[in-house]
Amino acid sequence: MSSVPLLGHTSLDDIFAWRPSGPLRVRDFLADVYALARQLPAGRHLLNVCLDRYHFTVGLAAGLISEKISLQPSSQSAETLRQIQTDCPDVFCLCDSEFDSLDLPRLDFPALTGADPASVTEIPAIPTERIAACLFTSGSTGRPMSHYKHWGRLVKNGRAGAERLGLLDQRHSVVGTVPAQHSYGFESTALIALHGNAPFWSGKPFYPQDIVAALEAVPAPRLLVTTPFHLAALLNAGLELPAVDLLLSATAPLSPELAEAAERRFAAPLFEIYGSTESGQIASRQTTDGPAWTLLADVRLAQENDLTTAFGGHVEGRVPLSDIIELIDPEHFLLHGRHADVVNIAGKRTSLAYLNHQIAAIPGVVDGAFFLPDEATPDGITRLCAFVVAPELNSRQVLSALRERVEPIFLPRPLVFVDVLPRNTTGKLPRNQLQALYAAKVSDARH
Amino acid sequence: MPQEISPETVEALLPEVAELIVTALNLEVAAGEIEADAPLFGEGLGLDSIDVLEIALVISKRYGFQLRSDNQDNVRIFTSLRTLASHIASQRTK
Repeated sequence: MSSVPLLGHTSLDDIFAWRPSGPLRVRDFLADVYALARQLPAGRHLLNVCLDRYHFTVGLAAGLISEKISLQPSSQSAETLRQIQTDCPDVFCLCDSEFDSLDLPRLDFPALTGADPASVTEIPAIPTERIAACLFTSGSTGRPMSHYKHWGRLVKNGRAGAERLGLLDQRHSVVGTVPAQHSYGFESTALIALHGNAPFWSGKPFYPQDIVAALEAVPAPRLLVTTPFHLAALLNAGLELPAVDLLLSATAPLSPELAEAAERRFAAPLFEIYGSTESGQIASRQTTDGPAWTLLADVRLAQENDLTTAFGGHVEGRVPLSDIIELIDPEHFLLHGRHADVVNIAGKRTSLAYLNHQIAAIPGVVDGAFFLPDEATPDGITRLCAFVVAPELNSRQVLSALRERVEPIFLPRPLVFVDVLPRNTTGKLPRNQLQALYAAKVSDARH
Repeated sequence: MPQEISPETVEALLPEVAELIVTALNLEVAAGEIEADAPLFGEGLGLDSIDVLEIALVISKRYGFQLRSDNQDNVRIFTSLRTLASHIASQRTK
């Protein structure tokens, strides 16, 4: 069986990560990994909800050497935890915060006093076929769908991303505003620290001032891994910005205007990443260079009718993509938006069909439909709107029932009560009808 | 420097901060309907972390200070309209 080292570093004294206490070498990291592995409970499924990027990665690696799978759900709602508990009865949580783990067995990230960096002599090898992590998407039924990631492919993934950004030739310190658990943050902070010559900052800065402080805490050259939303907030905050050498954005489309403004402010190139939880990252582009995307090393696309499938390289199997894609040549393509039913807000994905099913299932709701308005402001977050026929209910009751069923980010703003929905003779709700209703009830009211 | 802020000062700031939230987030509720001690997250106003970043931006422009997070503190500041107004009152530079 073939194997790949846990880290791509050549020396145990290379810097692996930065924390408020200073740099951590590869040997410090490995000593912590061994110390944590000794304390992990018996179960094979490790729900890794650590907020600190270093804790998260120590947890992932301790799991890897102990043949445990790092579970990384996109939502941490009670319903999701219950689902995971049902599917993986031996699951335990690794936490470093007040996280409400319900009644799941729990290990709070311990002080690893027994760690001995001096005794570390080599980087362990991990079989390529070992399952390292499991990421989840909301399936069309709303039930979390698991996507297993094998170690060998994850290494390829991290290296492909790092290679595209030129990190393998020039070490960069990484500051990420995105969680380490989700696909993008996992690849562009955790995996590139392990195999992309890019030590990360352990925190997850949120406010613009936090991002500035985190950047100042690590040595140049620096890579900022962020989203259009955080980036827009950072540029708008009117702060003195530290030098950044490379910018990366994903989870939502970035407008050319914001890309240009960011590149001008930082005098650094901005790249976008395209991918999905199922496929991982598959392409990148420098936004100011034009709309075309370039596939990452060895990844290929195939098309049948309007369905595009990604395969090859680090992609696990053949993965259908939820976007409408126009191939330019085998390595380049254009994105033409999502299939009509797909909703993606702040990196979380669901479908209108699922949301409509949820609102219609609320007792007292006669009819209901969600509507995603066209983007009002690029780089902002477009919120869903929902129309509901529920003569006996008020909006607090409907929202409260919805809150139990869907992620908070998908709650409608606004929720509009109507007497009847404009269904056609076949009972369908054409989008243009909803668009007209939205114009009449919502956008006109706001001007 | 943060100073002790009287409850009256916070009370007087409530309508202004409520108005700021409603405008920044394009909410449907009237500013006057936001209860001072109702939770801003979840059941109350139903805000999420994206809203927090929007609010942080308007606060920095309006009151001249930047919010910083360490998790515990953040949760406390955004507990209710009153806790947020109280934080603004103690940190504002304009």
